[in-house]
Amino acid sequence: MSGEKPKIWIFRDYERCSGCRRCEIACSIRHEGRIWPEASRVRVFMPIPGLEIPHLCTQCPGYPCVEACPFDALLVDKNTGAVIVDRDKCTGCGKCIDACPGQIPFIHPRDGYAVICDLCGGDPECVKVCVEAGYNALITTPRSPSEIYKVYARTPQDIAKDLVSKLYGEEWEGWV
Amino acid sequence: MPYGYWGRLLEVNLSTEDVKTLQVDKRTMRKYVGGRGLGVKILWDRLGDRWEEIDPLGPDNILLILTGPLTGYYPGSRVCVAGKSPQSNGVVGSTVGGEFGVELKSAGYDGIIITGESEKPVYLWINDDEVEIRDASHLWGKEAKDTLRILTRELIDEMSKKKPLRGLCKEPSILYIGPAGERKVRIAAVAHKLTHAAGYGGYGAVMGAKKLKAIAVKGSGPLPDVADLEGFKKLLDSVCKVLIKEFRMRYWGTGWAGYTVGADTSSEPIRNWQEEWHDEARFGVSFFEKYWIKRFWGDFGCPTTCLKIAFIRSGRFKGVLTDNPDYELQAYLGTNLGIFDPEGNIYLSSRADELGLCGIQTGNVMGFAAELYQRGILTKDDIGFELKWGDVEAFAKLQEMIARREGIGDLLAEGTYRAAVKISEMKKVDVMPYAIQVKGIGVGAHGIRSGLDYTKPTAYVCSLQGGDHTSVSNLDDQNRPGEYEMILLDSIVACWFNYKKQYLYEFFKVVAGWNLTEDEWYGELAPRIAAIQRTLLLLGGPDAYWDPRIHDENPQRFYEPLPSGPKKGAVVKREEIEKLKKTYYEAAGWDENGLPKPETLKRLGITELEKALERIRHRLGLA
Repeated sequence: MSGEKPKIWIFRDYERCSGCRRCEIACSIRHEGRIWPEASRVRVFMPIPGLEIPHLCTQCPGYPCVEACPFDALLVDKNTGAVIVDRDKCTGCGKCIDACPGQIPFIHPRDGYAVICDLCGGDPECVKVCVEAGYNALITTPRSPSEIYKVYARTPQDIAKDLVSKLYGEEWEGWV
Repeated sequence: MPYGYWGRLLEVNLSTEDVKTLQVDKRTMRKYVGGRGLGVKILWDRLGDRWEEIDPLGPDNILLILTGPLTGYYPGSRVCVAGKSPQSNGVVGSTVGGEFGVELKSAGYDGIIITGESEKPVYLWINDDEVEIRDASHLWGKEAKDTLRILTRELIDEMSKKKPLRGLCKEPSILYIGPAGERKVRIAAVAHKLTHAAGYGGYGAVMGAKKLKAIAVKGSGPLPDVADLEGFKKLLDSVCKVLIKEFRMRYWGTGWAGYTVGADTSSEPIRNWQEEWHDEARFGVSFFEKYWIKRFWGDFGCPTTCLKIAFIRSGRFKGVLTDNPDYELQAYLGTNLGIFDPEGNIYLSSRADELGLCGIQTGNVMGFAAELYQRGILTKDDIGFELKWGDVEAFAKLQEMIARREGIGDLLAEGTYRAAVKISEMKKVDVMPYAIQVKGIGVGAHGIRSGLDYTKPTAYVCSLQGGDHTSVSNLDDQNRPGEYEMILLDSIVACWFNYKKQYLYEFFKVVAGWNLTEDEWYGELAPRIAAIQRTLLLLGGPDAYWDPRIHDENPQRFYEPLPSGPKKGAVVKREEIEKLKKTYYEAAGWDENGLPKPETLKRLGITELEKALERIRHRLGLA
């Protein structure tokens, strides 16, 4: 790992998401050694079929999840800026989920520890498959020192509320 | 441990409310694979002895929802719905794309067997090991959008309450029916998302008869392990790279064909197949694009994402949303009704979605009715209004009447074949020549007369699934029954549009650990499944039976010359069909009457079919 590599951020453009969930496949194969959508670090929500929301950590400046962890189980990777979960220390208490404005972390369905995107060490698998297919719903961008990234820490429902008005009009707002 | 599948099915009896799991042994899986293959086997084992007596819409029918060993692994996951079909009275492997199969496997099951029938409306909730039959009275009567929204929301709320520390819950996957299925409309679909449909077969009516409004599943586990992870990763990457290069299907979906199957191949149903050629450029894909709010939409693991989302923002159909009419619906809820207007077509498709109707069968039967109106056989008095070609509002009204079994809709709800039988009696005129169906199933939107489409002259004649355009009985380039390929896709269960032969058999190896070769598939596995499915189809009953000498046949219209276009005059000859039919029988190992030969059964190790074939021979006077 070279410390000189610029930090990255995964930009997300929900309107471009095809809902193919190849990001979930790629992520869970990398991190779990098998296809496991519910353990994928990026989870595609479907508040309305046709409106799919890839949901993954945005590495908020200030890292409220890290701050909130009572067990020091979360730390920030110096090279990538990703949140790394220490599985031995994590009790699965869920405090990080509450602290996250987008409720992005979740508890691993089998092993009981918090699951958070680790940016694959700087070369994320989810982005590869998304870009390869030309959707570019997830793309890697250089990360600058800015507060901007935290505005992406939102729940799929909140994101969907905005988009449903934009795409489907007010008749559909009641859906979400 | 097996790979790729669990070897575990969920069985739910809606009459007794018993829920149990059962194991499927490795040998059976290897032999029947999954999806359609396994479905045919289960139905034969359980109902074969008294198949003719089983009312598809009665409590004795069995509804199957089955994945296959490659579901979730091969790009483009689907799930196969089967049972005794209320259309063909045989078995139809009816598949639908989406996440349902993946969720089901994540919950630890390869499939669901549903028996009996409930007294009150219910839905089935599967959350890993927790399986419940629940009251659905609040959902009964609801259309697609509402059913999905209400059920999704209440299940998420419930899961969130139950596991407050887990984090956000993802939506469960839901198969459901609309008002049409509830009323046992024989052309009702099993719907998924907004709106994918397992249309062929009429299993929406089977769910309705069982008072089963929906099946919802949320699994938290992984898919079963694969046999060779590194090999799988490499293979998946290779096949996705190939599929991603395919421009047409990806950028246009099958919606490119609403124009081209008319203009290029002269094989598109127009006004109930009175013509198959048109040059209506305004029905071309670029005129649909203006309604698309998403160009690439797909299901789990699909790099093709051929679906597009159409939304109408203003005008008389404001607020209408549907996955853009694919070719079949462009044809059947468009050209076949004389409609060449994208907006009207999108509207009719979205209404079919909402009502839970199969767009193909509904367009088929409405085209049939409109031709009878054109010919003065059905009148304004019969229908309640004028039914003129191209009149979107009139067909929209008729579609509602079919879904709700109102007025003439009650009769048309029986599907084209049964409606034709009844109207012939009613009007004392033989209207069967206008029924474009084979063995109770309206033919898909690919004609055979021009010879330019993939559907060859016998495409529908010997099909195990009647008019199903996804299960056609062409002889392939090696003179093998072409339907074997379709059985393969319905059994693995994955999408036809992602089918790449050179990769598929490799997938068996790396996912399931099977050395399944093309030779074995064509020589043994497929013929076995086909022989059983053929036997069940010919057993038929209780309200309709097929005689291969009469019903292994094209709709009469296909013997009339094409009246227009560059292929004007093209026609299929009966003598040619008779010859091709015999060649097809021979290739399938069936005798001159289309019944699987004793030596075929012996070779395939399914001599137990003999007693059923005896019953068929007896009925046909061949014994």
